[in-house]
Amino acid sequence: MNSALSAGAPVATPFFFYMLSGLAVIGGILVITRRNAVHSALALIVTLLSVAGLYLMLYAPFVAGVQIIVYAGGIMVLFLFVIMLVNIERASKDRRFNRIWPIGLVAACTLMGLFVSAFVKGRALFPDRGMPLSEGSNTQEIAKALYGEVNRAGQYTFGQYTFAFEIASLLLLVAILGAVIMTKKKI
Amino acid sequence: MPNFIMSYLGSTLTPGQAGNQFWALIYVLIIFAGVSVAVIAMNWIERKALAHFQIRLGPMRVGPHGLLQPFADALKLMLKEDIIPSEADQFVFWVAPLIGLLAAFTVYTVIPFGPSQAVSDMNIGILFMLGVSSLGVLGIVVAGWASNSHYPLIGALRSSAQMVSYEVAMGLAVVSAIVMTSLNSTGTGTLSMIGIVQAQQQQGVWFIFKFFPLGFIAFGIFAIAMVAETNRAPFDMAEAESELTAGYHTEYSGLRWSLFMLAEYAAMIAVSSIAVTLWLGGWMRPFPNLLHAPAWDFIFSLFPGLTFGALAAIALLGTVRMPSHSFFKIQRVGLAVFAGLLGLIALLLLVIAVAGRSADSSLAARFNDGIGYVYWFVLKVSVFMYLFIWYRATWPRYRFDQLMKIGWKVMLPISLGVLVVTAIVGVIF
Amino acid sequence: MNDRLDPMSNLDLDAPDTYLDSNELIINMGPQHPATHGVLRVILKLDGEKVLGTECVIGYLHRGVEKIAENRTYTMFNPYVDRMDYVAAVSNGLGYCEAVEKLLNVEAPARAKYIRVILTELNRIASHQLWLGTHALDIGAMTPLFYTFRDREEILKIFEKYCGARLTTHAFRIGGCQYETYAGFEKDVKNFLTFVAPKIDEYETLLTTNRIWLERTKNVGIISAADAIALGVTGPVLRASGVKWDLRKAQPYAAYADFDFEIPIGENGDTYDRYLVRMAEMRQSLRIIEQAVNGIPEGPIMGKVPKVIKPPVGEIYHSIEAPKGELGYFIVSDGSTQPYRIRVRPPSFVNLQALDIMVRGLLVADVIAVIGTLDIVLGEVDR
Repeated sequence: MNSALSAGAPVATPFFFYMLSGLAVIGGILVITRRNAVHSALALIVTLLSVAGLYLMLYAPFVAGVQIIVYAGGIMVLFLFVIMLVNIERASKDRRFNRIWPIGLVAACTLMGLFVSAFVKGRALFPDRGMPLSEGSNTQEIAKALYGEVNRAGQYTFGQYTFAFEIASLLLLVAILGAVIMTKKKI
Repeated sequence: MPNFIMSYLGSTLTPGQAGNQFWALIYVLIIFAGVSVAVIAMNWIERKALAHFQIRLGPMRVGPHGLLQPFADALKLMLKEDIIPSEADQFVFWVAPLIGLLAAFTVYTVIPFGPSQAVSDMNIGILFMLGVSSLGVLGIVVAGWASNSHYPLIGALRSSAQMVSYEVAMGLAVVSAIVMTSLNSTGTGTLSMIGIVQAQQQQGVWFIFKFFPLGFIAFGIFAIAMVAETNRAPFDMAEAESELTAGYHTEYSGLRWSLFMLAEYAAMIAVSSIAVTLWLGGWMRPFPNLLHAPAWDFIFSLFPGLTFGALAAIALLGTVRMPSHSFFKIQRVGLAVFAGLLGLIALLLLVIAVAGRSADSSLAARFNDGIGYVYWFVLKVSVFMYLFIWYRATWPRYRFDQLMKIGWKVMLPISLGVLVVTAIVGVIF
Repeated sequence: MNDRLDPMSNLDLDAPDTYLDSNELIINMGPQHPATHGVLRVILKLDGEKVLGTECVIGYLHRGVEKIAENRTYTMFNPYVDRMDYVAAVSNGLGYCEAVEKLLNVEAPARAKYIRVILTELNRIASHQLWLGTHALDIGAMTPLFYTFRDREEILKIFEKYCGARLTTHAFRIGGCQYETYAGFEKDVKNFLTFVAPKIDEYETLLTTNRIWLERTKNVGIISAADAIALGVTGPVLRASGVKWDLRKAQPYAAYADFDFEIPIGENGDTYDRYLVRMAEMRQSLRIIEQAVNGIPEGPIMGKVPKVIKPPVGEIYHSIEAPKGELGYFIVSDGSTQPYRIRVRPPSFVNLQALDIMVRGLLVADVIAVIGTLDIVLGEVDR
C-alpha cells in the first residue's frame, strides 16, 4: 500500500545543496558589503538559516533545530538589539572599505588555501558518491543510523562530553554576570 | 485516479514520512486555507465575545450578527492608502511583516491534527516549532526599526525583550513535558509531535494530569508564557493604545498592518496547538481509557455532528429572533442560509459517524476517525482561543518592568523546579 | 512654597536637547492623548524610564467663564456653572446657588435642601462611576468602563426626568429648586438604590483583589498627608492620605447635618487607597440618599428670593464637597445685578499640582495611572 506513495530518499539533493550553499554565500557577501548594519544582520540571518538547512541535509536534525533556535532566533535578535540601541549613524557615513584591505585579502587567500589543501589531502575520508545506504529509506531512519538523532546527541552531551559542556556553560555564566554587572547602575 | 486517492487515504504515514510531495502540497494548501479561515473567525469571535463581556452587542450590521464583518475589515484594509514614512528604510519596511508571517505559518508544518494528519512529522518537531516561533521576534524588531521613529522602536524592542524572556520559561516547560514522554518501557522519549501524543496515548494519561500536580504546573507555566509570547493581554503593554510607546506597528497602514494581525493570530493558534499537543492529548478524545467501550467510541464520534448541529440551531434561533422589519429581511435570509449550511454539514458528519460505526476499515470508518481527530484537536485549541479573549476582557495590563520581573523571577525558577522534580519523580516511579 | 514641592525646580526646559547621547529626555504627552482625560498637556522629564519631574500645560479648554460671569446676572450665570466640571454638574450648581444664597442671606427651604442632597449624591455616584471606568481603562481593564457607563444611565435617566437634561443639568435655582419632584421620583430613586448596590460589588469583584490591579496601583503615586495639605489637595486624594476632612461633616451645608454617614479614609495615600476611598464613598452616598429619600419633608421648594437678584455689597467664599474635592466660589458683589468678580476654586486645578510630587521616581506607565487617580476634569481645571 505504501509503494504508491514513497518516492525514494534524498529528493533532489544536488539542487538543494547548491541552492542552500548559494544562499549562504550570497548572504555572507551581503553581510560585509551592506552599508546599513541592520541589512547586514538580516543577511546574516539568511546565511544562518541556510546553514541550518545544510545541517539537515547532513542528517543532523538536532543541530539544525538548535541552530535555528540559538543562532537565528537568539543571537541575531541580540545583535539587532545592540545595533538599534547604539547610535550607529556615524558609522554608516564612513568609507565603505577601510584602508587595510590588502591584509584582509591576504588573510582570505590563506584561509582559502587551507580549505583547498584540506579537501584535497583528506579526499579519502569523503566517499565519492552518496551514502552507503539504500535508496528509498526514510531520511529519519538514516539520521538515526548516523547518530544525528536527538537521543544520541543527548547521550554524548551528558555522557562522554559532560566536562566540555559544563565548562562551556560556566563560560556563558561568567559572560552573563559580567554583562549584568557592567550595566547595572547600582548594586 | 480513484485508486490513487484510495491508496493515499489508506496510508498511516504523514506525507513527509512517505516522501510524497504532492500530498504534502495538498496538506499545506489545506492548512493555509484553514488557518486563514481560523484567523477570520477569530477576528469575529474576538469582537463579539469582547462585546458580550462588555454588555454590548458588537458588530451586528455587516451580515447577520456581524458575520461578514471580518470580510468588511479585510476589504477596508486592502483599500486603504499604503503609507510608507519617507525616512523609513523601504526594503526592510516591506520585509518585516513577511518575516513575522513566515515564522507564524511555517510552524504549521509540524502540527499534528491526527496520527497521520500532519504535513511532516519531523524527528525534532517540537524543537522546530520553538525555533521557528522565535524567528517571529525578528519580524517585530525589524518592523520597529524600519519605521524610523523613536516610539515604535522602543515599543518593538520592548515587545521582543518580552517575547525572548518568556521563551525561556516556555522552553523549560516544554522540556518537562518531553521528559514525561520518556517514561515508557524503552526509556526513550521523542521530540516529534505525533510521538508526544502517542506517548500520552501509550501511558494512558494526558500529561496535564500526569504526576499531578507536576504536569498541571508545567501546563500552567506554558499557558501563561504563551500569552506573554504572543503579546496579548495582560502582557500587551508594548502595543497598548494608552501608553506613550505606541507599538511596533504604528507606522504600518492598510494591508501591511493586517499582515501583522494575521501573524499575531496565527502565532496564537500555533502556541495553543503546542499546549494542546503536549499536555492535553492532542487529537485524542476525552477519557480514552476510562470510557473504552465501542459504544463510548460511537457516542464520542457523534460529537462533531452534534456540535455543528448545535451551531445550526443557534443560527436558526437568531433567524427566528430577528426583528420582522423590512430592513432586516436580507439579514434574516442570510442567517437562514448560514444555518442551513451548518445543518447540512452536521447531517453529513452524523451520517459519516453512523456509517463508520459498523465496519472497521471501511472508507467511512477512516473518514470518521480522521474527522474525529481533527475535531477534538480544533475543539481544544478553540478553548484556548476563548481563554485568550477572556483574559483580554477581564484583566488590566501589567507594567513592563513587572512583566519582565514575572518572566525572569517567577516563571523561570518555577519551570526549572518543575523540570527537576518531574525528572526525579519520573525516575523513581 | 518650598523648593521641593515646586514643579519647576528640577525641570530645566532650556537645557540643550541631549536626547540621543544621554539617558535624559523630555517627552511631551500632548493635548491629544487617549489617557489624559481631556486636553491636558504634560511635559515629562525622564531619566531613561524614570520620571524626574513633570510640568502640566493647561489652558486648552479655557473659555473665560469667570470673565463671562462679570457680564451676566446671577441667574443668567447659573447654567454656565454646570459646564465647568461637566461630569458633576449638579454639584457645581449646588455650590454656586448656595454661595449666592449666602450673599443674599436667604436660606433654601428644607424640602429643597433634601432634593438638592439627593441629586448631588446621585451625581457623586455618577462621577465616581465615570472615574472608575476611565481609570480602569487607562490601566488596561476594558470591561469596567462599560459596566459603569451602563449603570450610570439609570442616574442620568432620573436627571432627565427631573430637569430635562442628563449632563449639564442646571438643576437648582438661587433660593431653592425650580422643579418639583416628578411623580415617581422617590420610587425611581429607591429602585436605583437597590439596583446599584450589587453593581458596585461587581466592580469591586473585578478589581479590588485582582493581583494585576494591586501591582499596578499599590505604592504608586504616594502623597503624604503633610504634602497634600501643603499643596491644598482636597477630596478623596486628601482622604486617602489619612486626613479625615470632608466639608459635608466639617462645615455642613445643604441638609447634610441631618444624615448619618461616614468619611472613609485611607492609609498610604497611594492609588489603591484612592480607589478604595472612592468605592467606599459611593456606598456612603447610597446611605445618604436612602436616608434623604425616606424623609423628604413637605413644603415649598423655593425660598423668598426677590425677582431681580441684587445682593448687597460684599464678598463671600463658600465651598462644598464636590466629588473631586473642595469646590469653592468666591463672589464679590458691588451691589448691582451682575457680580463684580466670581472666582471659582476648582478642586481638579489644585489637585493637579500634586501630579509632580506624586510621579517623581515612577515609570512612565505609572504617570497615566496617577493622572487617572487624581480624577481631573479639564473643564474645571481650565474653566
